[in-house]
Amino acid sequence: MVVKAPLVAKKAQAGQFIILRIDEQGERIPLTIADYNGKKGTVTIIFMEVGKTTKQLGTLNVGDKILNFVGPLGVPSEIEKYGTVVCIGGGVGIAPLYPVIRALKQAGNNVISILGARNEKLLMLEKEIEEYSDEFHICTDDGSKGTKGFVSNVLQNLIDDGKKIDVVWAIGPVIMMKVVADLTRKYDIKTIVSLNPIMVDGTGMCGGCRVSVGNETKFACVDGPEFDGHLVDFDNLMLRNRRFICEEDEACKCAGVEI
Amino acid sequence: MAVKKEKYPMPEQDPKKRIKNFDEVPYGYDEQTAIEEAKRCLQCKNKPCINGCPVEIDIPDFIKHIAEGDFDKAIDVLKSKTSLPAVCGRVCPYENQCEGECTLLKIGDPVGIGRLERFLADYERKKGVKIPKIAKSTGKKVAVVGAGPAGLTCAGDLAKMGHKVTIYEALHEPGGVLMYGIPEFRLPKEIVKAEVDYISKLGVDINYDVVVGKTISVDDLIKDVDAIFIGTGAGLPRWLRIPGENLDGVYSANEFLTRVNMMKAYLFPDYDTPVKIGKVVATFGAGNVAMDCARTALRLGAEKSYIIYRRSDKEMPARAEEIHHANEEGVIFKLLTNPTRFIGDDKGILKEVECIKMELGEPDDSGRRRPVPVKGSEFKIKIDTALVAIGQSPNPLIPQSVKDLKIGKWGNIETDEDGRTNIPYIFAGGDIATGAATVILAMGAGKKAARAIDEYLKLKK
Repeated sequence: MVVKAPLVAKKAQAGQFIILRIDEQGERIPLTIADYNGKKGTVTIIFMEVGKTTKQLGTLNVGDKILNFVGPLGVPSEIEKYGTVVCIGGGVGIAPLYPVIRALKQAGNNVISILGARNEKLLMLEKEIEEYSDEFHICTDDGSKGTKGFVSNVLQNLIDDGKKIDVVWAIGPVIMMKVVADLTRKYDIKTIVSLNPIMVDGTGMCGGCRVSVGNETKFACVDGPEFDGHLVDFDNLMLRNRRFICEEDEACKCAGVEI
Repeated sequence: MAVKKEKYPMPEQDPKKRIKNFDEVPYGYDEQTAIEEAKRCLQCKNKPCINGCPVEIDIPDFIKHIAEGDFDKAIDVLKSKTSLPAVCGRVCPYENQCEGECTLLKIGDPVGIGRLERFLADYERKKGVKIPKIAKSTGKKVAVVGAGPAGLTCAGDLAKMGHKVTIYEALHEPGGVLMYGIPEFRLPKEIVKAEVDYISKLGVDINYDVVVGKTISVDDLIKDVDAIFIGTGAGLPRWLRIPGENLDGVYSANEFLTRVNMMKAYLFPDYDTPVKIGKVVATFGAGNVAMDCARTALRLGAEKSYIIYRRSDKEMPARAEEIHHANEEGVIFKLLTNPTRFIGDDKGILKEVECIKMELGEPDDSGRRRPVPVKGSEFKIKIDTALVAIGQSPNPLIPQSVKDLKIGKWGNIETDEDGRTNIPYIFAGGDIATGAATVILAMGAGKKAARAIDEYLKLKK
């Protein structure tokens, strides 16, 4: 979805996110920025319809308005010339990975991209990402496109092939980032992950998005969303992301949207 | 005629009824009661009460007009110093301020200054708010960052002086802590909106959803304006730093109150933002925010709501009225008790808190007797929700994003008494400068800064 938000578009950088609220009764939800165009004043968001707000967002038409759209929030990705960077995107996490890949490539890195999803339909931005990748891999859980298997299998193969990897960037479901971080820890490859906890204000005020990083409590909204994957307590993040699952179901039911 | 020793009481909602709704607790004085209460004022020549008021209201003067039944004149006196009287009349800690200086304390209750201020503000709101004279436009522009009590006060005063003011607010609503922090039953949001509406009518523009330091930088702002006031408040919640604090069921007071107040989680699922508290809620801390949490929990259906505090009742920082209301509503106070760890089940859901008994030792830096743990006195309480209300640190977004701005050791912006920072065109006030304090102190800081900004703009030419 392309949103006209000139102030946000002007300042947006890879790795950042926005918070939106569709209407007066709406919840504030964070979404990572998939693309931005300062000249046109637009910000692109890609989201999976998983809860009430995202489903409602999916029903908006061209020309509709979103009541509140604030950003860009969070610390931008630390883009520099690392050497060889493997960028791993899983499912809807491919979207925020795209600006990171582009920035890494423009900074002169050798970029190896691995995109994965449950099936072919859930893949996205393949052409765009391939354009900025020196090496490009696709895998799906069911084998409907690319190799059958997980992104971690592809990464393992690259490592086994003796490829020298300086940094791994992984954005996707928490479990995917955990598996990737566990793998790269063994080989001592620096790994950056982008976290997606529940947020309310997004400005450091509520602490709902707190995550344990290296046994310190950090706020994903102002300290993140990107962190050293080897230090993140993913289990606690998964637990905290389940906080309102029952309420989400109830909100969907009341609004008459299918879950 | 002898002065009546007791304040005239303010009628209130019955505690049994009110814990089932979010409606405001006290109803306020009617006209006759207000006049009678105003007549209790001795009209002291030296006006000690004014020394207790951070925004310098001429208290005996407005009270005199109430006693004479001339409410409109009384409002003029009040409004010449404060733009948010309906707010102050509800949330100021009068007992430590104006009322704490009242001569009547020698024989009984002080004059109900807070109640009278509230009466006037409510009277005016019902009648229709008058817009005061605004000075001729100076052609100078000021950006105010944050639409909380400090920012709104500063903006209102600057507008009256003839400067063009634009407020930038990160959230989707104005009011700051008045909106996200203080609950509806203590400060109805309609009242906050009316006060903000008044500031707007003074010619102040408010831009929402703009996070200064992210959406636009201070350097961007100064290109278009002559001065900037920063009133971004105390953002970051403080934690207990004990094991289990990241379990499902542990909230910061900020998250809990923001969900309930600003996002209206008490109306879920009509509003989309949820909150869940279970049957037993424990709030840690004993300030106004803690009382707000404990009382909100009851209204959301908690069967038991505890306040757990490591010092004794004498040290509780909350306003007397809040503690009194919490007691009436059945909040259970566990004093001289300190949490040591949160315990969850195998799914990571909070089940219990382990606490230790405390006793008071020698006075500490704050002058209060230091609580020390009693060895071997650990015990557990079964709880479903923990609300951590032990304070906040200044919001780091602006201090981090402005190069060369002088920052204090707690991450606060360093200012002089009038809100001047080390950068001539940047002023700051409220919690971002002082650390977490009260609404009225933030308003006082906004007021002083407005004067300092006006001075600066005059010299700048």
